[in-house]
Amino acid sequence: MLILLLTLELEYGDWLTVRKRFFGKNLKILLGAILVALNIGMAVFAPFLAPYDPYQQDLMHRLQPPVWSDKGTWDHLLGTDNYGRDMLSRLIHGSRISMLVGLSAMLFSGVLGSILGMLAGYLGGRTELVIMRVADAQFALPNILLAILIVASIGGSTLNLILVLGISGWVIYARVAFGLMRSFKERAFVQSVVALGARDTYIIFRHILPHMIPVLTVVSTLQVAQMILRETALSFLGLGVPPPTPTWGNMLAEGRNRLWVAPWIANYSGIAIILVVWGINMLGDGLREHFDPRAKEARK
Amino acid sequence: MEAKNNNLLLEVKDLKTYFYSETGIARAVDDVSLKLCEGETLGIVGESGCGKSVTALSIMQLIPNPPGKIVSGEIHLAGRGDLTRFTEKEMRKIRGNEISMIFQEPMTSLNPVFRIGNQISEAIELHQETTRKAVLDRTIEMLKLVGISSPEKRVRDYPHQLSGGMRQRVMIAMALSCNPRLMLADEPTTALDVTIQAQILDLMNKLKEEVGTSIVLITHNLGVIAEMAQNVSVMYAGVVVENTDVRTLFANPLHPYTVGLLTSIPRADHGAGKKRRLNTIPGIVPSLLNLPVGCRFSDRCSHVHEPCHKWEPPLAYPKNGIETDHSVRCWLHLTPPDEG
Repeated sequence: MLILLLTLELEYGDWLTVRKRFFGKNLKILLGAILVALNIGMAVFAPFLAPYDPYQQDLMHRLQPPVWSDKGTWDHLLGTDNYGRDMLSRLIHGSRISMLVGLSAMLFSGVLGSILGMLAGYLGGRTELVIMRVADAQFALPNILLAILIVASIGGSTLNLILVLGISGWVIYARVAFGLMRSFKERAFVQSVVALGARDTYIIFRHILPHMIPVLTVVSTLQVAQMILRETALSFLGLGVPPPTPTWGNMLAEGRNRLWVAPWIANYSGIAIILVVWGINMLGDGLREHFDPRAKEARK
Repeated sequence: MEAKNNNLLLEVKDLKTYFYSETGIARAVDDVSLKLCEGETLGIVGESGCGKSVTALSIMQLIPNPPGKIVSGEIHLAGRGDLTRFTEKEMRKIRGNEISMIFQEPMTSLNPVFRIGNQISEAIELHQETTRKAVLDRTIEMLKLVGISSPEKRVRDYPHQLSGGMRQRVMIAMALSCNPRLMLADEPTTALDVTIQAQILDLMNKLKEEVGTSIVLITHNLGVIAEMAQNVSVMYAGVVVENTDVRTLFANPLHPYTVGLLTSIPRADHGAGKKRRLNTIPGIVPSLLNLPVGCRFSDRCSHVHEPCHKWEPPLAYPKNGIETDHSVRCWLHLTPPDEG
């Protein structure tokens, strides 16, 4: 991330140029990176940023609206929920779960899916048949349904959630890796290394994988957003991390029944989700554009 | 006329490599036999599609198995046995180590994301267990050997920083880094311009002496053959049609295809006489899925006669052939089954 920002600074030291390129790819990376960085910062420094303990109940001050409302106070900037827990603190701590689950699930599904896809692409034959057909079959199922099925059987906890999301997400990596592997396998340098006596695993992981990283990075970035959304959905349905742990999905669920009376319980986590997902998608999009024209240029 | 008393390094016997597809069986290599002695360069000449590359890949056991398969035949490497019987694991010890191969396109044969030093070191590390320093020293030594100046600096270069000729030198360095006994060169200079071609060929000859590697040189360029090879096999549509030493081939070509190849070489004095058009061999190479009955060359041959359409000639010695070890696959020089 730092390298990206540095690159941006080196290339576009002139702010006027940046403003002219308002919808250019680099603005996407910049904005997306800022939003994501803010969120990660929030997650990492949660204990220091949150004014209160998110689990602490204060029944005297339940259902207080945010500070800009009539009955709001500066004590609780975003109000409190029906147990009197501070919404701002819960929001900030909620980002931890979202980030943790999002990134872990992405890593799990990414590694699993990429490896399966690469093996299917390189080995072909029965391996390819089995892996890709399973992928197709799973892809046909709505993944929320799959997630619900699994969580309903093994129960909800943070680890289980990561597991479930990981399983629900490997297919897209497998497909991308499969296609990339099929095309790279035919390149001349692969033939050269084979002629030198290299083993298959060596060729796949040392020679071909580096070429696949740009695309896989873009897919991974966009998938983090997907994972966060799925976690939200599962928590909303009561199948995610069990309460009282604050997660944005849980907060949405809790706020659902009180939308008219106390909209702040659900709204701000909703806005947070929107901003984070938007930021991640922008970043992913920007990265994709960043890698693409470069790839076209490099091939000249 | 190299001494035939040299040790036989590689012997390919009756090799058949077929490719199975939905449209039929492509007999890419259909009964090919070759011999290579130590210290020698064997040239394999033929048009595109005649099976030269498939022969080389078959020797390396690199034929992709779903469509292709070595159907029959033996490939004997001196001191190691029949390569067709080797497992993949055993072959990996041979590849890069005892037999190595360089390919036609140096521009794309190197991995663009790794430094060339890494790639040469890799060739060494795949087969030898040595310290990092020893590997690095050997890498620099190899770069020097192939004539790259300032090897200590160039070791850190990426392939795109090198020209085509230099990349091919790097490929040769990789191929020779483990002192293989045999190097298969599949059209190594076709993609390079003529002056660089000359340099690379000189380099290969020099290295043959210094490293002691024998070469199988595949090309469609008869000039290169004349420069480099001691013995030549001419291939057409999957079979060897003529096999002899290089001088005899140029002085006394027997097979009409060879004659056609030699006369179709453009010459500087060509337009001097009345004839302005270049000589060509009429027709095109037959599809491997649909070969003519009898001799494969019969539909293009100017000397075609009756037996040619009936039986495919074997690769055999004509009357005086044994003395010069000159075999040919043609009914003009051999006796068809229905005569005496």
